[in-house]
Amino acid sequence: MLKTFPVGGVHPSENKFSAGKKIETLPLPKSVTIPAGQHIGAPTQILVKKGDAVKVGQIIAKAGGFVSANIHSSVSGKVSKVDDIFDSSGYRRPSVVIEVEGDEWLEDIDRSENLKTEITLSKEEIIKKISEMGIVGLGGATFPTHVKLSIPDGKKVGNLLINAVECEPYLTADHQLMMEKADEILVGTTILMKALNVNKAYIGIENNKPDAISHLSEKSKNYKGIEVVALKVQYPQGGEKQLIKAVLNREVPSGGLPLDVGCVVQNVGTAFAIYEAVQKNKPLFERIVTVTGKSVNKPSNFLVRIGTSTDTLIEAAGGLHENSGKVVSGGPMMGKALSRTDVPITKGSSGVLIFKEEESKRDEIKPCIRCAKCVSVCPMGLEPYLLMTVSKSQNYERVESERALDCIECGSCSYTCPSSRPLLDYIRLGKSEVTKIIRSRNQK
Amino acid sequence: MNDVILYTLITLGGIGALSSIILFFVAQKFKVIEDPRIDLVEEVLPLANCGGCGYPGCRNFADACVKAEDLNSLYCPVGGNETMSKVASVLGQTVEGKEPQVAVLLCNGSNANRKHTSIFDSAANCTIAANTYGGETECTHGCLGLGECVDACNFNAMYMDPVTGLPVVIEDNCTACGACVKACPKNLFELRNKGKKSRRIYVACMNTDKGAPAKKACDTACIGCSLCFKACKYDAITMANNKAYIDYNKCVLCRACVEVCPTNAIHELNFPPRKVKPAKEEVANEPSTEVKSENQ
Repeated sequence: MLKTFPVGGVHPSENKFSAGKKIETLPLPKSVTIPAGQHIGAPTQILVKKGDAVKVGQIIAKAGGFVSANIHSSVSGKVSKVDDIFDSSGYRRPSVVIEVEGDEWLEDIDRSENLKTEITLSKEEIIKKISEMGIVGLGGATFPTHVKLSIPDGKKVGNLLINAVECEPYLTADHQLMMEKADEILVGTTILMKALNVNKAYIGIENNKPDAISHLSEKSKNYKGIEVVALKVQYPQGGEKQLIKAVLNREVPSGGLPLDVGCVVQNVGTAFAIYEAVQKNKPLFERIVTVTGKSVNKPSNFLVRIGTSTDTLIEAAGGLHENSGKVVSGGPMMGKALSRTDVPITKGSSGVLIFKEEESKRDEIKPCIRCAKCVSVCPMGLEPYLLMTVSKSQNYERVESERALDCIECGSCSYTCPSSRPLLDYIRLGKSEVTKIIRSRNQK
Repeated sequence: MNDVILYTLITLGGIGALSSIILFFVAQKFKVIEDPRIDLVEEVLPLANCGGCGYPGCRNFADACVKAEDLNSLYCPVGGNETMSKVASVLGQTVEGKEPQVAVLLCNGSNANRKHTSIFDSAANCTIAANTYGGETECTHGCLGLGECVDACNFNAMYMDPVTGLPVVIEDNCTACGACVKACPKNLFELRNKGKKSRRIYVACMNTDKGAPAKKACDTACIGCSLCFKACKYDAITMANNKAYIDYNKCVLCRACVEVCPTNAIHELNFPPRKVKPAKEEVANEPSTEVKSENQ
């Protein structure tokens, strides 16, 4: 029996059209728009101004605090504008626009393809390097990685988990990365183990990627303390808490962090970015993005410079079909529909998903029939129907006492509801209101 | 048979008598002495329990009125001056009249003025839409048109206009309780003085973007050109965050600002038609240069 998490979960059709497609490097765009905030935490401080010449890898925005991440230029050229520009949130946010001229990298970035396995830096130096290079969690949450690695006094970490589950349907970016850059990922994992001072790491992979499981298992024999764990296919196994429960059978307490059960979870893409940052001195300015969908002519995995317009990616994958109804940034379950396609790719964009007109429409909202399907699929053991009701009636005290803040927003409830009720939308509303209430309570 | 009835009557009667004695002493011991004037004040209040006064309900407001030394700091927006003078007469105090207010929508991004660039298909709730993204149009500050204010209104003073896609305030019903002000996630409602003959002048825009993107998103956006600021002789207009704001306490309703506004962002309500039309060409030339200097 394969391991998985015991409570809830769904299994949407996988539709991994771009699986097995080699990672293509997207040609340099004419200009890039780099948002100054691409992570969770404090906003950054922009260092460049209009007219400045920048090189690839040059820092253009400085972290505005401990929980924040540096932003680097992804191209070489001239800064043409520093202004508020629409990003994927649909709001105008401070961004830097750079006109591309040539492709001149900073000299200290190692551009060779050689695998560098020897780790020369010490624990503290590794964390400092990761923070300088602006590494954030590439699974989609974009939490600054150096914060996760700085363990507060009194906490002990026993295990590192590498999240290579990729439980979102359609997406294949991590899968392809594992097939092509297995050694780099394993070195990255070893670096993380050194930074955390642990000697056991698990790489969790779902069973729908048997080639990646066997490939990584084979390679991991050369590295000490890394074990590949095959997991049963079940959404949302990529959630931190679900992955820990599946691999180690430990339960993170309500409101707690993986640290409370002695674990740190990192995405497999982050492990690769850490390898490049620590061994090759390369800041996080490009990432792998899956462009896919039923109407897409050429579903692909692209290596994209941060700040490239989503339009460019869609064009490279064969263009928008006239029957397209919705463009989603991220996967179909947790991704967010874009209100416009000229928004830039950021550190957190794992995929661009194009839905056909008929797929994109929400069904008509019907009354709740009390079937409790949402309760049975909730991986956190919550009662989504109840949370929706109390949050709709603005009973936020009840929203809090029913533990809405434990919701990981995986969307299993909305996906499974036979009455197509917007459960998650209202739970999110309740969560944001409760967070506001808690914040004002703490200020008093 | 008679015995059973007799015993039952004695037992039940005994229990009843004993309970009433206990209840009598408990009631004496835990007596709550309440000012009888609270009931009198409550009688003259509208009893809408809307919370517009800042208290949870009408009884709490009545309690506050009785305790207050000066009634002028308290105001029931629903009942208005009439109710407040009644309250004052009950309590034997005097109260100064307050200017009646009305809720005003500070957005004119109707379907005709703002181009829709996307469709929001989630739950019809403004707060959810505002948390999700900027909105169906390029203006990220304007009305989302999902009617949370209409749901919040207790007095039937609001409805959604299907043509413009904006909420409309029915002035006669509006009590200025402020429920819509709290409900709107974009902070588009303001309570403004009703004014003489209900005449009002206000900037119907909350867009804080610079001139060019604001104008691109909406035909009647305030582009922050400061023409009205310069035209106002009474210091009623302040410029902040690329938009103008008219202070209703200082405004004398001269309409000088309405005439100079290049985008018709300043609204005038309930005024008689103008006698002389202002020369339009002169006005049209100026703003373009103004917008440029603003963007630099």
